[in-house]
Amino acid sequence: MSKRVTSARGAGTARSRATLTAGISIAALLLTGCVQSEREEDAGGGGDSAVDPTFVFAASSDPKSLDPAFASDGESFRVSRQIFEGLVGVEPGTADPAPLLAESWETAEDGLSTVFQLKEGVTFHDGTPFNADAVCFNFDRWYNWTGIQQAETTSYYYGSLFRGFADSPEDAVYESCEAQGDNEVTINLAKPFAGFIPALSLPAFAMQSPTALEEFSADEIGGTAEAPSLSEYALGEPVGTGPFMFDSWNVGQQLELSIYDDYWGDKGQITKTIFRIIDDPQARRQALEAGTIDGYDLVAPADTQSLKDAGYNITPRDPFTILYLGMNQAVPELKDPLVREAISHAIDKQALVDQTLPEGTKVATQFIPEVVDGYNEDVTTYDFDPERAKELLAEAGYPDGFEVTFNYPTNVSRPYMPTPEQVFTNLQAQLSDVGITVTPAPAAWSPDYLNQVQGTADHGLHLLGWTGDYNDTDNFIGVFFGQEKLEFGFDNPELFTALDDARAVSDRDEQTELYKDINEQIAEFNPAVPLAHPAPSLAFAPRVTSYPASPVNDEVFTEIELSE
Amino acid sequence: MLRVIGKRIALLIPTLFGLSILLFLWVRSLPGGPATALLGEKATPEAIARVNELYGFDRPLIAQYFTYIGKLLQGDFGVSINTGRPVLEEFATRFPATLELTIIALIFAIGVGVPLGYLAARHYGRLVDHGSVVLSLIGITVPVFFLAFILKYLFAIQWSLLPPDGRQNPRINATHYTDFYVLDGLLTGEYDAAWDAFLHLILPGLALGTIPLAIIVRITRASVLEVQNADFVRTARAKGLMERTIRGSFILRNAMLPVVTTIGLQLGLLISGAVLTETVFAFNGIGRFLRDAIFGLDYPVLQGFIIFIAIFYALINLVVDLSYSVIDPRVRVQ
Amino acid sequence: MSAILPPAAGGSAAPDDPAIDTGRGAGLWRNAFVRLRRNPQAIVGAVIIGLFLLVALLAPILAPYGGNDLPGRTEITPTTIPGPGELDGFPLGLDRFGGDVLSKLIWGAQASLLIGVVSTALGLAGGMLLGVLAGGFGGWVDNLIMRFVDILLSVPNLLLAVSIAAVLGQSAYAIMIAIGVSQIPIFARLLRSTMLSQRGADYILAAQTLGLSRRTITMSHLLPNSMGPVIVQATLTLATAVIDAAALSFLGLGGGLPQTAEWGRMLTYAQAELAVAPQLAFLPGACIAITALGFTLLGESLREALDPKTRTK
Repeated sequence: MSKRVTSARGAGTARSRATLTAGISIAALLLTGCVQSEREEDAGGGGDSAVDPTFVFAASSDPKSLDPAFASDGESFRVSRQIFEGLVGVEPGTADPAPLLAESWETAEDGLSTVFQLKEGVTFHDGTPFNADAVCFNFDRWYNWTGIQQAETTSYYYGSLFRGFADSPEDAVYESCEAQGDNEVTINLAKPFAGFIPALSLPAFAMQSPTALEEFSADEIGGTAEAPSLSEYALGEPVGTGPFMFDSWNVGQQLELSIYDDYWGDKGQITKTIFRIIDDPQARRQALEAGTIDGYDLVAPADTQSLKDAGYNITPRDPFTILYLGMNQAVPELKDPLVREAISHAIDKQALVDQTLPEGTKVATQFIPEVVDGYNEDVTTYDFDPERAKELLAEAGYPDGFEVTFNYPTNVSRPYMPTPEQVFTNLQAQLSDVGITVTPAPAAWSPDYLNQVQGTADHGLHLLGWTGDYNDTDNFIGVFFGQEKLEFGFDNPELFTALDDARAVSDRDEQTELYKDINEQIAEFNPAVPLAHPAPSLAFAPRVTSYPASPVNDEVFTEIELSE
Repeated sequence: MLRVIGKRIALLIPTLFGLSILLFLWVRSLPGGPATALLGEKATPEAIARVNELYGFDRPLIAQYFTYIGKLLQGDFGVSINTGRPVLEEFATRFPATLELTIIALIFAIGVGVPLGYLAARHYGRLVDHGSVVLSLIGITVPVFFLAFILKYLFAIQWSLLPPDGRQNPRINATHYTDFYVLDGLLTGEYDAAWDAFLHLILPGLALGTIPLAIIVRITRASVLEVQNADFVRTARAKGLMERTIRGSFILRNAMLPVVTTIGLQLGLLISGAVLTETVFAFNGIGRFLRDAIFGLDYPVLQGFIIFIAIFYALINLVVDLSYSVIDPRVRVQ
Repeated sequence: MSAILPPAAGGSAAPDDPAIDTGRGAGLWRNAFVRLRRNPQAIVGAVIIGLFLLVALLAPILAPYGGNDLPGRTEITPTTIPGPGELDGFPLGLDRFGGDVLSKLIWGAQASLLIGVVSTALGLAGGMLLGVLAGGFGGWVDNLIMRFVDILLSVPNLLLAVSIAAVLGQSAYAIMIAIGVSQIPIFARLLRSTMLSQRGADYILAAQTLGLSRRTITMSHLLPNSMGPVIVQATLTLATAVIDAAALSFLGLGGGLPQTAEWGRMLTYAQAELAVAPQLAFLPGACIAITALGFTLLGESLREALDPKTRTK
């Protein structure tokens, strides 16, 4: 949900990866179906004895916090996904929910209560048993946060998805948690929340050890300092049920995890995982070439081909992203629908994709990727037609074009926008072909750019995008167009109501139809130009024969296959 | 001597005080103000208003300044916006890395620069001399991060001779006590870890050391040229002293004074260079952290680090001044 | 990054060169000029600067395309950037945005000249103002100004520039101002110390005896006679300004169009393609280094020529 989160997410094709792998190694062929026993035999069988079980992955920054409940950034989540598990996981290679710590669940007709059947015999790294009480402890912990714990800078996901806390029960989505014995738990909601189950797959809602949370005062944050400071737990004592245990964290340098011997599931080949912090993308590539790391995320589009040629494995994720050109209607020219239509016709999306975006990127016709419910095949599109664009401009009263500010971020790489400067220059040139002169307004990503575009009305055309957290239509268009926003500067009560209504519908098929209509409604209203669904890629050393690329970044390193 | 040191430190106080005022005003003049810098991308007008009230950014400037300086005097430099850790702690954990790098760079610069400058002066107008002039010009005119790129591209990528980034190979198990990795390796007897850490220092050290190298070569050359024709050297020669004695005790010793001054001055400049070099080599020191702070407008870090650096710089200058009297007994520090 | 460069004494113009006019009538500057002409270092420097100025001023004529034009926009893809000689009409190839590298290098000279001159002028003007006030008046004015200069000098030069740029926001002007202001303390201190050293000179004593006002003495005698080192420093600052501008671009403080034809900017964007298209980094990098070299050579030769120590008595 947060745009910050996206620093390292994207999409991948676990399946196509696996197919590729099969050709390379016989072992991989056996493993494609994740047959646990075979893998273990394989590892012990001597054939793989030469495999170095240490896996080094380059992260673009330190995690913000080791406590995922107080984190919202991609690098924190990447680490949390190894240490923690939630009740709900993600179907491999998709964005759909799947059983994890909860083996099954059943939601009542009214959508207000869900009964989870928990996996038995799971323990946290500190020996605390995972049971219904532990689940309730976590839910109640989130619900009972106060003061600075509720701030957007700390508990972003809980705050935005579950809306309210114990001190504001009128807003709260969560109501209570009841443990029935050890392995059954009921979560009661105060109001229906269609995205409840998929939302639980977010690392922010992972299960943490109640013992450790208390012992290391996980909720003691903030204190007297200006910015929220981290708790002892979040700095170095995270305890979950996941396959890896926290070892050490040398800030700015590296973070080490080691395998949890009593992990309930398949432990895979890797016994030690090291996250090496390298912030510069080019430096990550060089570290891979020098052999210090085994892989890294968000490969620059320019590097994919040359790395492939040099024998490295490039793993693209399935695009679960959207990049759009926003048109702020607080600017008089952009308020005119004719002008917005002209801009849409002036842009050659295919050329933009070919010239600036990574391989695997798809041209966008609407604001959700194809795999998300409510994707409308027959949505109104504005094809590239510069002549039509000029006519429309003339019709709108700008026969000689006009001037408009174009805001774009610098020195940043987002999964949906690896090279903003290049996207900007490309669009700028296309627009100038139909007579629209843009005034460039570059700004550093955070806080300048985001503040300018989202926090003020003082911007014109602008580039922004999104990476979905899970398969939920509202997670895309509801975020963009669900309410009056300074970013787009329009008030369209009809659209806002439609989105609100759709969110409250509990029947999935009915909801899907509603979203299809809404997508058409948005296309006709044309508040922004959906440009593309860029596909982020990862790069790996030749010894990494398989990586579980996930469109929503649900990538656990036990699934990695190494050949040497 | 002690009185001199005390006096110098006392003189540092008004400078630091002035610096704190400038830094305080600087934060207040940042675009969007401190609240925006604090909230980042989640800044909504309401959130900004809340933060302004919470942290007192809406109070009169003077009152805010006294709160700020009061905290500083208690050693509270605030918390980094980027990492959520105290600024003081961030500095303390990273400074050893930068110091280690700086020392390597200086050893390189002095170890190569002084002999080269000396040789250039002795063989004035010959090949060594011209070579040293060209080398020092390159050192001054090539942007330091560009040089870092070239070194990394050639030695780490093309020829794979040296590691391209970081302070130590992630796969090496090393124990750390002091955060000086080479020293740690030597103390614990993990010689492979020490060697590995040293290898990681070579490329960034070379890149960082080039500018001081260039300057030290020039200073040494100029200084030796001047001294070797001085009257006392002629007298010594006339007295028939051994050439070795003349060169060692007379020329080199007397020529060192300006060189020492330069080395002191260079230490401050090395911090600037470290911002760029550490970025290129993903070297986890204060330079790279400052770069991140600049990008993210992490103003508590910028404020704190600038003050620490200023103190460090002043202390170095003090040491340099004191070392004069060791090198040249005629100089008495006042 | 930038600092007062140490003198490279024992330059190539030998002290006993008979061709140098040692007559009393010859002025300091004329004498210096004669010495410069005989110094190969100075000539190399002058040639580089001459070429640089020529390219910068004639950019509109010399460059095949405009600096911010993207004539090759349709020829690039994320994985292909035509290099030198690979595409007709673009002798040095294209950059990441589809700009013509040759044109951008040529226009880049103009940008660098502008940055260099404006920021040096700023630093010079500010530094002279402070220096004259301090050196001319002495006393508490001097004390106050020099304390202020000390504070600024206690912050490493690049950090100072970065801090200033952070306040000003992203723009080309911000970079010029940041570099210029960060040079002020250096000029101020230099001018003050030169003026102080001149104070006891005979001609000043003479002027004082004649009863000239302090202002006249400062402005008409002290200042002009203290300008030598300042001018030398200004020449050297032109070199460091070009390098510092690249460093600030590298730290992401540029502004304007991303494809702006400016060497530092080109170098910054080239990092991402270092492995694929190293020429994109090496060409502007070389331009920066050569230009800086030109100014440095000229500045140092000038210093030698003006230095009383290397002049014959």
